[in-house]
Amino acid sequence: MRSVRAMDEEDYGMNLSQCFFMGAAFIMGVLMVALIPRLISGPTTADRLVAQDVINTLVSGIMLLLGAAYDSVVMVDVAIVYMALSFVSGLYFARNLEGGM
Amino acid sequence: MFVFVVSFFTYLLFSWSGSMSIQEVTIAFALAVVISFVSSGSPGSGGFWNTKGLSLRRWWDFLYYIFGPFAMGLAQANWDVAKRVISGRINPGIVKFDPHLKTSHGRMMLANSITLTPGTLTVDVDDNGVFYIHALNLTSLTPTEEDICGVFGQWTRRITE
Amino acid sequence: MILGIFVGLLLLVSLFFNTLGVVSLYRFPDVFTRMHGATKCPTFGTLFAVFALLFYSFVRFMSSGESRFLVLFIHVFIGGVVLLISNPTGAHALARAAYRSGALPEPAAVDALEKTQKSKGGVTA
Repeated sequence: MRSVRAMDEEDYGMNLSQCFFMGAAFIMGVLMVALIPRLISGPTTADRLVAQDVINTLVSGIMLLLGAAYDSVVMVDVAIVYMALSFVSGLYFARNLEGGM
Repeated sequence: MFVFVVSFFTYLLFSWSGSMSIQEVTIAFALAVVISFVSSGSPGSGGFWNTKGLSLRRWWDFLYYIFGPFAMGLAQANWDVAKRVISGRINPGIVKFDPHLKTSHGRMMLANSITLTPGTLTVDVDDNGVFYIHALNLTSLTPTEEDICGVFGQWTRRITE
Repeated sequence: MILGIFVGLLLLVSLFFNTLGVVSLYRFPDVFTRMHGATKCPTFGTLFAVFALLFYSFVRFMSSGESRFLVLFIHVFIGGVVLLISNPTGAHALARAAYRSGALPEPAAVDALEKTQKSKGGVTA
């Protein structure tokens, strides 16, 4: 038990949960890449904006997960700021699409 | 007053890292005063000294709503959308629905609840508070309040009015 | 070990819903139906990732007592609240803009908004 624990946390500097966070972040990155065709070839601008909205959500999720995987709270703060900014930019794009700006 | 309390405590929560100094509290207080004065001119806020948003009963109801009916609705909605994504059986359409809400906070809360729950998405809200809702699977052309948002309408009225 | 397995299960649920959100963008026929999948599923999926992080930081704080895990807990919690408020609001703004820019719901049983737009003289360009 003692040796397993030592191998778990000290040798690699990262425990099982953090490896899972890393893997989940990687798969979310793959999903993000899978959205790029829709982002480029969406029939209308609204389709592209929807794809961009999903990408923003995934990016903030990745930032949260990597913040825990690398043990740095600063990255979580950056994720929160990213969410707020992507919300504002989404509103701006929507306003532009409506023709108000 | 509501904005003041929320921004004050959010700043303290963000800046807390093991210990708390008096400078942090002072900065939080100053920033909260600035933010609440700037936002007190916006429509629906009711001025700086409006304490309507601080009622304990409303907060208790709000938390109960979030963790009770809303969480259930969220889980059901996602299960429903997941099945429809996989099977591809949809019958979409835009319907009109008047929830009779007076405050703008209530409208925002109900619109967000509707967007996140079973097969419905708020497309537009006009000046009289009439919601236009895009439904993924229509069962009738003139749905009742029960069909669209279940118990959310009652809860929203109870919390915000 | 048990913590790792539980966190892994929560992350699997999160990845399942995120994948469904991405699939729905390719599978549904028009903007509004796509928006259904694109708003609900990623929000719910990322919320599960937030739950996994909250659970992880809470258990680590309880077992080690280091305050940095409590800080992580608080910050992730605020992140989840911001996500839950900003995401549907942005989707609503986007849906409204999509309708006003002239993207009609292509298969639609009924369109209540169309009549009001016409009676007002039409907002769309």
